[in-house]
Amino acid sequence: MKYLEEFQNPELARRLLDDIRATVTRPWALMEVCGGQTHSIIRHGIDQLLPEEVELIHGPGCPVCVTPLAVIDQALEIASRPEVIFCSFGDMLRVPGTDRDLFRVRGEGGDVRVVYSPLDALKIAQQNPDREVVFFGIGFETTAPPNAMTVHQARRLGIRNFSMLVSHVRVPPAIEAIMTSPSCRVQAFLAAGHVCSVMGLDEYPALADRFGVPIVVTGFEPLDILEGIRRAVRQLERGEHTVDNAYPRAVRAAGNPAARAMLADVFEVADRAWRGIGTIPASGWRLSDRYRDHDAEHRFSVEGIATREPAACRSGEVLQGLIKPHECEAFGTTCTPRTPLGATMVSTEGACAAYYLYRRLGNAPTPLEATPVV
Amino acid sequence: MCLAVPGKVMEIEERDGTRMATVDFGGVVKEVCLEYLPDLAVGEYAIVHVGFALQRLDEESARRTLALFEELGLLQEEFGDPWEAAADQDRPQAQEARQ
Repeated sequence: MKYLEEFQNPELARRLLDDIRATVTRPWALMEVCGGQTHSIIRHGIDQLLPEEVELIHGPGCPVCVTPLAVIDQALEIASRPEVIFCSFGDMLRVPGTDRDLFRVRGEGGDVRVVYSPLDALKIAQQNPDREVVFFGIGFETTAPPNAMTVHQARRLGIRNFSMLVSHVRVPPAIEAIMTSPSCRVQAFLAAGHVCSVMGLDEYPALADRFGVPIVVTGFEPLDILEGIRRAVRQLERGEHTVDNAYPRAVRAAGNPAARAMLADVFEVADRAWRGIGTIPASGWRLSDRYRDHDAEHRFSVEGIATREPAACRSGEVLQGLIKPHECEAFGTTCTPRTPLGATMVSTEGACAAYYLYRRLGNAPTPLEATPVV
Repeated sequence: MCLAVPGKVMEIEERDGTRMATVDFGGVVKEVCLEYLPDLAVGEYAIVHVGFALQRLDEESARRTLALFEELGLLQEEFGDPWEAAADQDRPQAQEARQ
């Protein structure tokens, strides 16, 4: 119980934990899909507070982590061009490509800029009409609508020097891929709250039915996560498998209809490769033909880049919940936040980074760096 | 980067045909696009991600989440300041490369 004092409401946390303990009669494996939830779980020691029957498996819900190496290499290639201003969210800058990262490109003279919003990149394009401004459009269903709106605005305002390198991914096909894997141990999902804030719940009942798996929409605060676990365990013990919204203050059943309409207009569903996992059918978006003028992949020739995954990195297994981060031989030795082999150690939402920052497990020799790197 | 943060709408204005707001995230103020929540009003709270309001939130939930995120250092993370700081550290190297 040593972590409980860190909860905002320790008494409520204790009650939720007591209820989970009173309910559980046999082992269950639950997957939290979202990397933000993984960090909250490890930071607050939620996995250690749970009864031993309840195991949390960390899912692939970190957009930085799942962006494939080939796309990172494409970004590096485009960002290196002298006519380009390359704009990205900050956490992509240190993700390693085959032989360098965006920081290195910047160090070599490339114009790489960190933006808070994709609209900032559009503004940069308006201010620099003689340059090509490229925005790195990655992320799940939470990030895709802002990026879709930005491309829509570029077309509406006639900003021709703006394009987007798109590698968006969708959660439901990832759930399907995990459940159909022969090595799958997942028996219930804590679905990513903010993804559902946008997309609503429509896509989940069919998955819950098909795989007989409870899906509980869950928030990010420690108490939200405990409540999500409590509801999932309750369903498992009763043999139920429904979609349950444990985050109603931020998730409506229909999601955000305006955002969904814009997604349908700007993007079309496409197969996507996931780093460390491989290609999952219909698991992502690309720009639809009407927006092809703003597609960086078409504007710049980035075919034929040779990629090499680091052999020692087991992030693919981490992303599928097959191993915990500290079970990788490189964890904390050759792979640290300062010398990352894979994106799961780089990203602020990566599972390896969470274990590194908040808990030093396994047989990794010391010294491990004492200062959290974020 | 997938984390969305609650904020309070301070001002609303139309810019380039787009509905924009000034939003306060517990002291950090940012410009936010309201196109996905066009009826959001001054004084209301919403979940905001990368400069876009995505869903309404009640005030109490918003305040609670903001306090927690601040405590965890997640506000800074969402707004990218540590990355800019890291990028600044990288600049001398960039200048060297250009010389």
